[in-house]
Amino acid sequence: MLWSYTKTTAFYALVLVIVVISVFPFYYAILTSFKSGTALFQVDYWPTSFSWDNYISVFSQGAFPRNLLNSVFVATTTVLLALFLAVTAAFALSRVRFRGRSLLLMTILGVSMFPQIAVLAGLFEVIRALGIYNTPWALIFSYTIFTLPFTVWVLTTFMRELPIEIEEAAIVDGATPWVIITRVFLPLMWPALVTTGLLAFIGAWNEFLFALTFTSSNLTRTVPVAIALLSGGSQYEIPWGIIMAASVIVTVPLVVLVLVFQRKIVSGLTAGGVKG
Amino acid sequence: MANIQLKDVRKSFGAVNVIKGVDLEIRSGEFMVFVGPSGCGKSTLLRLVAGLEDITSGELLFDGEVVNGLTPSKRGIAMVFQSYALYPHMTVYDNMAFGLTLEKGSKQQIRERVTKAADLLQIGQYLDRLPKQLSGGQRQRVAIGRAIVRDPKVFLFDEPLSNLDAALRVATRIEIAKLHEDMNNVTMIYVTHDQVEAMTLADRICVLRDGVIEQVGTPMELYETPDSLFVAGFIGSPKMNFLSGDAAKAYNAHTLGVRGEHLNIVPEGGKWQGKVIHTENLGADSYVYLEMGMEEPVVVRLDGTNSYHTGDVVHISPMEDKLHRFDDKGKPIR
Repeated sequence: MLWSYTKTTAFYALVLVIVVISVFPFYYAILTSFKSGTALFQVDYWPTSFSWDNYISVFSQGAFPRNLLNSVFVATTTVLLALFLAVTAAFALSRVRFRGRSLLLMTILGVSMFPQIAVLAGLFEVIRALGIYNTPWALIFSYTIFTLPFTVWVLTTFMRELPIEIEEAAIVDGATPWVIITRVFLPLMWPALVTTGLLAFIGAWNEFLFALTFTSSNLTRTVPVAIALLSGGSQYEIPWGIIMAASVIVTVPLVVLVLVFQRKIVSGLTAGGVKG
Repeated sequence: MANIQLKDVRKSFGAVNVIKGVDLEIRSGEFMVFVGPSGCGKSTLLRLVAGLEDITSGELLFDGEVVNGLTPSKRGIAMVFQSYALYPHMTVYDNMAFGLTLEKGSKQQIRERVTKAADLLQIGQYLDRLPKQLSGGQRQRVAIGRAIVRDPKVFLFDEPLSNLDAALRVATRIEIAKLHEDMNNVTMIYVTHDQVEAMTLADRICVLRDGVIEQVGTPMELYETPDSLFVAGFIGSPKMNFLSGDAAKAYNAHTLGVRGEHLNIVPEGGKWQGKVIHTENLGADSYVYLEMGMEEPVVVRLDGTNSYHTGDVVHISPMEDKLHRFDDKGKPIR
């Protein structure tokens, strides 16, 4: 009895610690973003004053709205491109028998071993050679490369689980591979697509190193870089309020996306098609 | 309407030969059943006919035309899978219409054909439902409906009843038999490991074993004149009794086969005698299992119930004209 109480207490204590560690910084960021002037440097745990000043200045100074659009464009395009390539690749890797298939799968996984910094220089040269330096395409290109191994791997595993009979039934019905992918498999793969798509989006949205390296002008930067480069009135002033407001703004889309799509992550969508 | 010919068809997966040279002609409009124990290659053979597997060597002809290289839909086949294989995200209507929409038929025409098939199978009221909202039997009807809608020349069934419970299996079996009567110009091939399904449905049965054909014939031919010990043991329920040793020698055979229904229990002076080790009463008939020193107990099938008890010693006599004699290679002596 006592032991089970202890266990329950310990469990919830741990949950509390996790929640505080992960949520408190964000809470404090929101709190700070509504402060102004010297109030910024007072430690408060509850809202004391409320002003939109920081938000207004974030949107009125510099190229922040443009940076936000860049982020949206880069992340969305990356997700669409990665999902398209990954779904078609997953079909081949899970359903078409060919020599060297497992070697290819391991290679794809192997690619994700390399840290960003190790390929930075090489990738920089490739991007210069392709002539897409300082354009959003440089980021889309590099993010897709880094997202694909994971996306392909997850979708391949998921597609393998889909009953082979459903595919064969479609073949008998006269469906081409493209029709099978788009009209039979894709609707069944929603949960996996949403999950991998969301992770790819978050990855692209938060990425910093490539975004810093492959862009040079304020108009092509994405939000993470823009925030890091926000500067105050003088060399000695760090505009904490504005930085916090910008951070809150970039976090909101992610929270909204997760909330929207968690409803889409329906399990058991394949139930009923085959016995079991 | 299609006459199907298999000429020395072989299939191997890597080094494993699954189908080892099959020659078979399936007449147009015929109901052919492939039967055999698990692993005999019957499903593989069906998939070769369907076009879901490539034929390693040999020829497959539909109406005299080689179709080895044609895709399943080009061959004009439709297939019902063991696991139903319905598209889980589509309604019953969409499931049935899928093949037709790919053929780019007019909406009106598709609706007519789907409705007609649905009425035939009595699933008209479920057209808006998803497969997961249907019972196993209903799903199987949808799967059959999806095949009918395409108006195939050849209808293939891959153990369609094995996922249904016993009562439903009998009912669906009768429906498939009726379907065959209604669609009498469609060639049907049906795979099963259940010899009862084979006996009741087939025009002709093809018994397979280890990738080769053991015997092809009508159900009664297989029952009355099996071409091998294997076929004799596989067709018929309960299994045919095999007697060896002295009992067989008396008839100049290596093995003597006699079916349970062709044995009589006699009061005195029977040919053989044995000790009752088990009895089963099924109501309409009953089985008595006798220990006679053979590998397996000898089964006697009696009409009505019986009142024998374990431990009784009884005399039995076979019907002399119903005996099957086999030589030491398992071939019949006639």
